Amino acid sequence: MPFQSQGVAKYYFMAAIALFAGQILFGLIMGLQYVWGDFLFPAIPFNVARMVHTNLLIVWLLFGFMGGAYYLIPEESETELFSPKLAMLLFWVFLVAGALTIVGYLAVPYATLAKYTGNDLLETMGREFLEQPLITKVGIVIVALGFLFNISMTVLKGRKTAISTVLLLGLWGLAVFFLFSFYNPSNPVEDKFFWWWTVHLWVEGVWELILGSLLAFVLIKVTGVDREVIEKWLYVIITLTLVTGVIGTGHHYFWIGTPEYWQWWGSIFSALEPIPFFAMTVFAFNMVNRRRREHPNRAATLWALGTGVMAFLGAGVWGFLHTLAPVNYYTHGTQITAAHGHMAFYGAYAMVVLCMISYAMPIMRGRAANSNKAQVLEMWSFWLMTIAMVFITLFLTAAGILQVWLQRVSDTPLPFMVVQDKVALFYWMREWTGVVFLIGLVLYILSFFVKGESSAKAA
Amino acid sequence: MSGAFTKSMARNIFYGGTVFFFLLFLALSFDTHQALPKRDHRAEITPQVVHGKKLVEVNNCIGCHTLMGEGAYFAPELGNAITRLGGREGIKGFIKSRPVEGIPGRRSMPQFNFSDDDLEAIAAYLEHINKIDDANWPPNIQG
Repeated sequence: MPFQSQGVAKYYFMAAIALFAGQILFGLIMGLQYVWGDFLFPAIPFNVARMVHTNLLIVWLLFGFMGGAYYLIPEESETELFSPKLAMLLFWVFLVAGALTIVGYLAVPYATLAKYTGNDLLETMGREFLEQPLITKVGIVIVALGFLFNISMTVLKGRKTAISTVLLLGLWGLAVFFLFSFYNPSNPVEDKFFWWWTVHLWVEGVWELILGSLLAFVLIKVTGVDREVIEKWLYVIITLTLVTGVIGTGHHYFWIGTPEYWQWWGSIFSALEPIPFFAMTVFAFNMVNRRRREHPNRAATLWALGTGVMAFLGAGVWGFLHTLAPVNYYTHGTQITAAHGHMAFYGAYAMVVLCMISYAMPIMRGRAANSNKAQVLEMWSFWLMTIAMVFITLFLTAAGILQVWLQRVSDTPLPFMVVQDKVALFYWMREWTGVVFLIGLVLYILSFFVKGESSAKAA
Repeated sequence: MSGAFTKSMARNIFYGGTVFFFLLFLALSFDTHQALPKRDHRAEITPQVVHGKKLVEVNNCIGCHTLMGEGAYFAPELGNAITRLGGREGIKGFIKSRPVEGIPGRRSMPQFNFSDDDLEAIAAYLEHINKIDDANWPPNIQG
């Protein structure tokens, strides 16, 4: 670890992994509720479990991004972090606020939580993914501003590279588009229209800049390929991302009351959205093939390659599967959407954070890479989680296709709940695969505790 | 990717392309908002409808249901629930009749103990949602 202050990233990474474990636990609870309807009812109704599942996802990824930024920026800027103290203060603020929010979801009915957290002052709650109480949302903004100040000041006083510029753009974009979560017009069409300015322009826009720069950073480190080459690729990939992704927002505007021309704009541009992910896969494999050194951390290289492939499959292929308007008319809001969401988030964002952790954590613990034994275990966890996610996606897709057919296409369409019973077999298989995913995650955590002779000391 | 194509060219294409497509997106969004009043029936958004929307939000209905296809996929679509359940009375009756302890072994909706005014507001909101011109989605009454 060339710079002392990079060490703050360790706390962010540990929190990220802990919250990730919580996310998976609640995922399993929900999966069970799909087939065993009254499981934990009424103590933890499905909507609460889901809120915890998706909100933990967002928060652990944010912890991961912030940790990644705190690790990456000093090294790229060749200077210590502007204020490590501020970074630690914000860490605790964010962690406590996040934990309290989750406790709030679980402890009191959502309407009560809304009442006591100021939702009447400014109504922002109860919209998918943006369920956080107003005070949590304000807290997120404060933490984000402090974080961005710290990171931006570090970049300003040091070397400016393409990687740190792109990362900063992504992080600033993340903060700016989050502001739309405070806007909740009473007209439902406008509400949905601008809701996507946070949700879509995050995951199919600015977050991809963060993904790209984290991946590029790890690839420079583990392959030793010339920075000029990697940064050129980074610009090409994020150009493709934003050129396709911004108008690609249109694929969410098909059926919410906006004009029909969005069906054309949305279909055409989102058909192009797999291209940047394909480029990213080619990029990662290309760089690893052209590597100039054998980095001792083979696990990190595996995560980097995996990110490209899984993001392409999940975000690219599974996205394209149901993004053309005539197809989406039938698949919108079914298990197909859930299938796509699972693999896309895992492939693009969960894996890039795990990749960053895999690369940086050993160094922060004083070695270039973990022992061979620890790496073997970590690679087992990679394959278990990744293959489990492939099958979760396949089972949900199967459930989705049946759902579309039975509920929307056949000559005698069946009611929603009847259809849910008929596809229960696939929900069971998804649940068991989810257990395999959890085992993979447990192995990942265990790999941190495996000792053994480390091959090299950290620089 | 070789020779003539440099990093600074890639960077310039990134900034140029992003700005261009973002402006195009803003232009399309502006045009959409000019067209919306004809499609969203905003004149019919009464205080009762607004109250209904708020109730649907603060009770986290989209944590289980979809609303115009967005939300969770655990419970039926709400956008056309008013026609599926046979009008406002059907909606109110359904919500009111949910058993407190759920239905053994089955997915069940919690009992929210809404007042009659609240129930009326939720029904009015769902009726409004159903009227929005959303390109004939969902495909059929089953949602």
